[in-house]
Amino acid sequence: MPITAANPVISELQDRIRRMEGGAARKGDVLSFGIAEIDAKLPGGGLACGALHEVAGGGGDAVHGAAAALFVAGIVARTKGDVLWCLTRPDLFAPALAQAGLHHDRVIYVEADREEDVLTNFEEGLRFGGLGAVVAELVRLPMTASRRLQLAAEASGTIGIALRRWRRPTEAADFGQPTAATTRWRISVLPSEPLPVPGIGRARWLAELIRARAGEAAEFEIGACDATGRISLSPHAINGQDQARRSRNFG
Amino acid sequence: MVVSRSGSKRTVAAIDAAAFKAGVRIGMPAAKAQAMISGLHLVDADRQGDAEAVERLALWMLRQYTPVVATDSPDGIVMDTEGADHLRGGEVPMLTGLVNALRGRGLQARGAIADTWGSAHAIARAMPREVTIVPVGDTAKAIVNLPISSLRLPPDIVSGLTVLGFRTVGELSATPRAPLALRFGPEVGRRLDQMFGRLAEPIDPIRTADLIEVARSFSEPIGAAETIAKYIGKLVVELCAGLETRGQGVRRADLIIYRVDNTLQSLRAGTAKPVRDISHLTKLLCSSIEKIDPGFGIEKLSLAATMIEPFEEKQSISSLIEETVVDVTPLLDSLGNRGQRMYRLAPVESDVPERNVGRVSPIAEKLGQDWPTRWPRPSRILAHPERIEVIALTPDHPPASMTWRGKRRRIKRGDGPERIFGEWWVRSSEMEAVRDYYSVEDEDGNRFWVYRSGDGVDPATGTTEWFLHGIYG
Repeated sequence: MPITAANPVISELQDRIRRMEGGAARKGDVLSFGIAEIDAKLPGGGLACGALHEVAGGGGDAVHGAAAALFVAGIVARTKGDVLWCLTRPDLFAPALAQAGLHHDRVIYVEADREEDVLTNFEEGLRFGGLGAVVAELVRLPMTASRRLQLAAEASGTIGIALRRWRRPTEAADFGQPTAATTRWRISVLPSEPLPVPGIGRARWLAELIRARAGEAAEFEIGACDATGRISLSPHAINGQDQARRSRNFG
Repeated sequence: MVVSRSGSKRTVAAIDAAAFKAGVRIGMPAAKAQAMISGLHLVDADRQGDAEAVERLALWMLRQYTPVVATDSPDGIVMDTEGADHLRGGEVPMLTGLVNALRGRGLQARGAIADTWGSAHAIARAMPREVTIVPVGDTAKAIVNLPISSLRLPPDIVSGLTVLGFRTVGELSATPRAPLALRFGPEVGRRLDQMFGRLAEPIDPIRTADLIEVARSFSEPIGAAETIAKYIGKLVVELCAGLETRGQGVRRADLIIYRVDNTLQSLRAGTAKPVRDISHLTKLLCSSIEKIDPGFGIEKLSLAATMIEPFEEKQSISSLIEETVVDVTPLLDSLGNRGQRMYRLAPVESDVPERNVGRVSPIAEKLGQDWPTRWPRPSRILAHPERIEVIALTPDHPPASMTWRGKRRRIKRGDGPERIFGEWWVRSSEMEAVRDYYSVEDEDGNRFWVYRSGDGVDPATGTTEWFLHGIYG
């Protein structure tokens, strides 16, 4: 972060605050996107590992969470170890997750009948500590529950991702309620990258970083996850020709 | 036909379906049956052998189903399934699974779950259905119409009551007790009370000789959750020591709680792999401690390793390069003991999308296979493809517009078709079936996976109706 590097007093203060918050042990552990523009907006240069993150779909995708699920799959694909995916509606299509880099051998699905059980499973997975990541598809995430989950994630250092899905698009206003999550993302679909021939190009998403603790909100137009779970920053001016040059798949 | 012998009297004890059709009934004299049908095949009953077979079955159920199992002689097995059904997904799947498993071994079985031993005994024998589950508290309603022969009374009392005109349990229970007791003794009242749950009837669980079991009796009854947890911890330490001497690990651990009012309660903890870890076992057992109802107090706790398997000692290798693989089975055990369904998804050899993903056990071996397709797949798939209204140029153009769930969308881009043929070896009706899959994108960038049933030319291949099957991310 350029600002803090310039001012040692502020960076020292930030260190002290972080130590008080208790996450000091794993301060350095972040999962970066490998894209300088996005990582610069996130404190620590990436998604904090021992923390809870929230991802929701935007628009019509608030119900299906199709793009949000792939975005999450891309993130957890870059962790190491098994992934616990807690859900109530088993409608994920595993080949698509595999195409986003999340191999099906790594994912253990835990299906519950009730929403409260999903929360319990989510927390238990986070507390276990030996998993690469824990994902839970949730309708409601009350403040108290999110606080517990955040503390569980901090204690074990496992990244927890709450994938918010609602039954009706109108219920998605619930995403405005505050939670203890470290970052909150909203992923909406955009028209795909144009191809010189008829057909559908690489999918593009609008990723809105609605909230980041100790960071600022931002939004990015990104290209969907590739086969290793990496997203790319797509050019704002879409003119077809310079895409290959500007997509950043490095790292 | 099986004939049992009591003194010089020979009566029919068991018959097959053909004999039943010919009019032979259980309990009729063997000579009468022989007179009815010529060439009847008679087999002498082997009481001893039957009892041994039932006991073998009971031991199998002890390992598979619940810690409190006993034989309900001569022809039944009684189990206390409370606190153990969650490992089988609930009461209904457990009982149907049990009956099906027995049928798979060539045994005809009928099962019932009810509040009391007496009522379950009667319902299982008197109801025509294979599986009956009586909700808690509905016992009285379920048993009033059952015949008195299901009351577990000696045959002479049953015939005496029939002579007096009693037919059902309900009639008998509505009659004043004193005259009945005067004539038939206290047995009738006792059986009725046991059936209605007014008299406790604890099940004395069977045990095998090589069962590792540790128990602790208390001079003062205990009841507090912390105290129970403390003694569970002590019992687990003893049990693990016992397991270690035999080189075994536990797959099913049963805690049996003996209460001061002479009733039993049991808790079962199951593990995915053999376990001998003290803290893990303690945690598993203590996680369901809130299900224990201490009542007036607990006088004895007993912990048994009902199902054990050889426990392989593994040497932990410390290395610089190799990454440590974390064993997630403790987490899976604790989730599984709360009744959650856990699975991994694995490829199945099929081109039909809904068939090419299969559920496997989370501890199944990781085979590293992959789906062979390079076509992009939707991240969410509908359990049942939904009909859509489509305007499309046949035979092989993607739709120009589609209406799904009442919303019309103009299609900007499309890809396809990807043709998938029916699998005639699965269903003969799929012999010529074809689906043409397209991925389409509307003006807002929403991408869908749609298919047309049929190739659009030959009506034998499908109805040319369009369906939406998945949603891309």
